[in-house]
Amino acid sequence: MLSIKNLHANVEDQNILKGLNLEVGPGEVHAIMGPNGAGKSTLGYVLSGRDGYEATAGNIDFSGTNLLDLEVEERAQAGLFLAFQYPVEIPGVSNMEFMKESVNVIRKARGEEPLSAAEFLKKAKAAAKQVNLPLDFLKRGVNEGFSGGEKKRNEIMQMILLEPKLCILDESDSGLDVDALQVVANGVNSQRDGKRSFIIITHYQRLLDYIKPDFVHILADGKVAKSGGPELAKEVEKTGYAWLEKAGEKAE
Amino acid sequence: MSEQIDQAIARKYEAGFISDIESDTLPPGLSEDVIRHISAMKEEPEWMLEWRLRAFELWKKMPEPDWAHIGYDLIDYQSISYYSAPKSMKDKPQSLAEVDPELLRTYEKLGIPLHEQEMLAGVAVDAVFDSVSVVTTFRAKLEEAGVIFCPISEAIKKYPELVKKYLGTVVPRADNFFAALNSAVFTDGSFVYIPKGVRSPMELSTYFRINELNTGQFERTLIIAEEGSYVSYLEGCTAPQRDENQLHAAVVELVALDDAEIKYSTVQNWYPGDENGKGGIYNFVTKRGICEKNAKISWTQVETGSAVTWKYPSCILKGDNSVGEFYSVALTRGMQQADTGTKMIHLGKNTKSTIISKGISAGRSSNAYRGLVRMGPNADGARNFTECDSLLIGDQCGAHTFPYIESSNPSAIVEHEATTSKVSDDQLFLCKQRGMDAEKAVSLIVNGFCKEVFKELPMEFAVEAGKLLEISLEGSVG
Ligand SMILES: Nc1ncnc2c1ncn2[C@@H]1O[C@H](COP(=O)(O)OP(=O)(O)OP(=O)(O)O)[C@@H](O)[C@H]1O
Ligand SMILES: [Mg+2]
Repeated sequence: MLSIKNLHANVEDQNILKGLNLEVGPGEVHAIMGPNGAGKSTLGYVLSGRDGYEATAGNIDFSGTNLLDLEVEERAQAGLFLAFQYPVEIPGVSNMEFMKESVNVIRKARGEEPLSAAEFLKKAKAAAKQVNLPLDFLKRGVNEGFSGGEKKRNEIMQMILLEPKLCILDESDSGLDVDALQVVANGVNSQRDGKRSFIIITHYQRLLDYIKPDFVHILADGKVAKSGGPELAKEVEKTGYAWLEKAGEKAE
Repeated sequence: MSEQIDQAIARKYEAGFISDIESDTLPPGLSEDVIRHISAMKEEPEWMLEWRLRAFELWKKMPEPDWAHIGYDLIDYQSISYYSAPKSMKDKPQSLAEVDPELLRTYEKLGIPLHEQEMLAGVAVDAVFDSVSVVTTFRAKLEEAGVIFCPISEAIKKYPELVKKYLGTVVPRADNFFAALNSAVFTDGSFVYIPKGVRSPMELSTYFRINELNTGQFERTLIIAEEGSYVSYLEGCTAPQRDENQLHAAVVELVALDDAEIKYSTVQNWYPGDENGKGGIYNFVTKRGICEKNAKISWTQVETGSAVTWKYPSCILKGDNSVGEFYSVALTRGMQQADTGTKMIHLGKNTKSTIISKGISAGRSSNAYRGLVRMGPNADGARNFTECDSLLIGDQCGAHTFPYIESSNPSAIVEHEATTSKVSDDQLFLCKQRGMDAEKAVSLIVNGFCKEVFKELPMEFAVEAGKLLEISLEGSVG
C-alpha cells in the first residue's frame, strides 16, 4: 500500500526528514509518536505533496505509483487523505458545497458518476451524525467559527465521506474532550474494513486505547527511532522520550 | 504557491468575438455638427437637440477628473466615433423577423436569445448594439400592465412629457465631465416607466454590446417608478476583444417616488484588455437614483470587465424613511484598474443605507473602493452600515479603500467595517488535498467571499455571475 524508503525532505532549505523508512500494508493501522518538532506533521505534508515540503532523496510508492510524481490533488484523487493538525477556515463556502465538490471530483477520478444533490445530502447527514455534529454544521462555512474539537470532528466527517485508501490523521485527538475522543475513535474504527490503511499521529496513548494500532513508531530527528507493537505507546506514556537522547548519545 | 500565482495570467474572454455586420458609422470627431447629426438621425424633437447642445457647451468648459486611483492614457475625444449603427437597422425593422439574422446570432452567441419563446420566461430584454436598440422583447405583455419599456430614443418621441420631466434631474448635465459628455452625445439606452401601484410582471433587462471599432458607447437609461410600484432591472455588457481602447460613458438615472422600489443589477463584463494592459474598455459611468418617501433603491453590481472602471452607483435618500443599498463585487486581474464604490446621501429622516463591497484583486491589477456617506442636517435618526472587504490573490496586486464620511447630524449613525484578506496557501492546500485543482479552489474561495452580494442578485444572474467569476479567474493561479 505505502512504502517509504530512505526519505529525506527539506522545509525552507532545512533538512527535516533524514532517512525515514516506513511500510504500511493494506488494512493496517500505524501510530506515529514522537517529540515536538520531530517531523511528524512534515511527514504528512510530504506525503500529501504540499508546496515547500520537498523530498530530496528516497522514494515513496503508493499502491504501485511513485507518489512523488503526483500533484497534491492527484494524490488526493488516488485516495490519500490528510486530516489536518490545524484545520483552516474558508469563510462563506459552506461545508456542504465544499464536501460535495470534493466528493464528486474524487468520484470522477475513480470513474464514478457524480452524486446527485439528494444522494450527497443523505450521505452527508449520516456522516455528520456519525461524528456527532449537528446538521447546521453542514450549512456553515468550512471550519468558520468552529471550536477546536468541532474542527477535528469535521475532518473525520470529510474522511468518512471521501472513502480514501490511506488516511493520515495528524493529531486528530488533540484538544478533544473525552466524549469527542470516543467519537473520533469510533469514526476511524467504522472505516476499518481490512483494506483501508491508517497513519495516526498522536502524542497520547489514550487514543490508542480506542483505536488498536498494529504498529507503533517513534519518530525522532526525522527518522523512525524505534518501532514496536501497542506496548511501545504505553512505554512512552510512562517514560517519555528521555531514552531517545541516551540512544542518540550511545550512537555517537 | 505564490510563485505559481505570480505566473503570467492566461486570459480567456469568451465574449471577445467580432460580428461581421455592416454599419453606418460617423467619422471620428466631436463637434456641434456631430451632435446635430446624431439628433437628426434619431429624428429628435428640437428641445432634445437644444438640451444636448447645452450639455456640449458645459462639457467643453469642464476638466477631465483626475482624482480617481486610476491611470490611463489621455483620451483623444476627437479620435472617437460618436455614432455607429448596423445598416440593417436603418429600415427600422418592425418585428424580430425583419431583424438582420447576424445581429440575432450575436446575441445568441452571448447566451441571450431574443426570440421570446426561447427566452427565460419572466425576463424582457432590450438589446442595444453600438448606438441603437435592436429589439425590445415582451413589449405587448408589459403594455398590458401599463409598463413602458422601450429604447430611450423612442421614448423621447413617444413620451416627451415624461422624458422632459425627469431627464437630467438625478444626474444633471453639469454633474461631471463624463455625464456632460454623455448628455451631449448619448445614442441609445432603455426607458422604463412603471405606473402607480404596479409591480412589473417581469424582470426587465438591457444588454449592451459594443461591436464597431473606435466607437464610443454612450448609453442613457432612465427608470421612473411611480408611487408604490416595483421593478427589477438587469443590465449586462460585453465587447469584442480589440487592441484599441474603447470608451463607454453611460448615465443611468433612477427615480423612485413615494413607496416605490427599484432593484438595479449589473453584470459588467466589458473586454478588460490583454495581460499587458493593451486594449479594453474605458468605463466611465454615472449611475444615481433618488428616493422619495419610503422608497427603496438597491444597486447590485458584479464588475469583472473593463480596462478602467470609474463608477459609483449612488442614492439620494431624499424622502423620510427611504432606503438605499449597494452590493458590489469588483474583480480585477491582469492590468485592470477599478475605482468603484457608491455615494449615499442621506437627506430625509430615518433614512437607511447599506453598503457591502467585495473587491477581489489578482495579477498586477489595482482595485479601489471609494465611498461617500453623507448625513445631512435633517437626517435625524439616519443610519448607514458599510462593510468593505478586499481579497488579494497573489502579491503583485493592490487593494485600496477610500471611505469618506460627512455627518452634519449628531443623531445619525455611521458604521464602517473593512477587512483585507488573502487567498492563503493553507486554504488552497486544503482544497487541493481534498482533490480540487487550483482553479476550482480559487473560484470556490472567491465565490464564498462574494456570497453576501450574490444572494442579492436575481437567480439566473447569480448563477451567471458565479460562472463569470470562474472564467475570469481561469489562469490566475499556477
Ligand atoms: N515552514 C517551516 N519553516 C521552517 N521550519 C519549519 C517549517 N515547518 C516545519 N518546520 C520545522 O520542522 C521541524 C518539524 O516540524 P513538524 O511540524 O513536522 O513537527 P511535529 O513532529 O509535527 O511536531 P508537533 O508534535 O509539535 O506537532 C520543526 O523544527 C519545525 O520548526
Ligand atoms: Mg505536528
